Amino acid sequence: MQVPILKQGPYLIASIQSALTDADLLQLRESLVEQVGRYRSRGVIVDVTALDVMDSFASRILRDIATMIKLRGAETVIVGIDPDVALAMVRLGLNLEGVATTLDLEEGLAFLNKRTKSDGKR
Amino acid sequence: MSEPPLEASEIRVPVESDVDIVAARQKGRALATRLGFSSSDATIIATAISELARNIVLYASRGEIVLIALDRGMQRGLIISAKDEGEGIPDIRQALQDGYSTSGRLGVGLPGVKRLMDEFDIASETGKGTIVTVRKWKP
Repeated sequence: MQVPILKQGPYLIASIQSALTDADLLQLRESLVEQVGRYRSRGVIVDVTALDVMDSFASRILRDIATMIKLRGAETVIVGIDPDVALAMVRLGLNLEGVATTLDLEEGLAFLNKRTKSDGKR
Repeated sequence: MSEPPLEASEIRVPVESDVDIVAARQKGRALATRLGFSSSDATIIATAISELARNIVLYASRGEIVLIALDRGMQRGLIISAKDEGEGIPDIRQALQDGYSTSGRLGVGLPGVKRLMDEFDIASETGKGTIVTVRKWKP
């Protein structure tokens, strides 16, 4: 199932709605990297609240997304990692090192607002 | 519609593509929930199945995940077997070391799966295939 990507002002918001196959995750990566250029977005939010499982492949793709978006000149934040999913990730030995995470969408937007504003002042 | 007795539950999921990985972990989660596992344990079980099924697709192209409900009165649990007829693992001890991967991808591999579950067994024969069997007991 393809992940819908909404454009909201200077940001792109990808809301994962259900379990994703590897192909869906690769498609998401490709779409975000392309759209951040097309819309000249400053930031990307990936909402994983509805993701059933974060296994090694999903974490790797989310890290890829954050790095590739950074290389394209924008910021990424992953929001909504469920407590059960967080526990399974820790046991499995996965982390999203170097990737910004926030509790939910609201916090994610606040994070991007702060981050992209302070960048402008530098 | 009445549910079949739990002790008779055995679910076989053929695994040969990324779509099957999702199907296997969803069936595992559903069975874990039916057995009364907490949502947190059900997620741990689904995650382990996802990794085991991914190993099949990555290393053997095809195989199957077999889910068996264990219901022995006070003791309830779930057995997951990941079977393939791939090349086999030449050095099991090495495959069980953290950070080891022959596919060159960031798999957390078997050590990660071992940490998620209560019991872990592996049998592999070069040229014949691999069976990884893991168990989770309901606390």
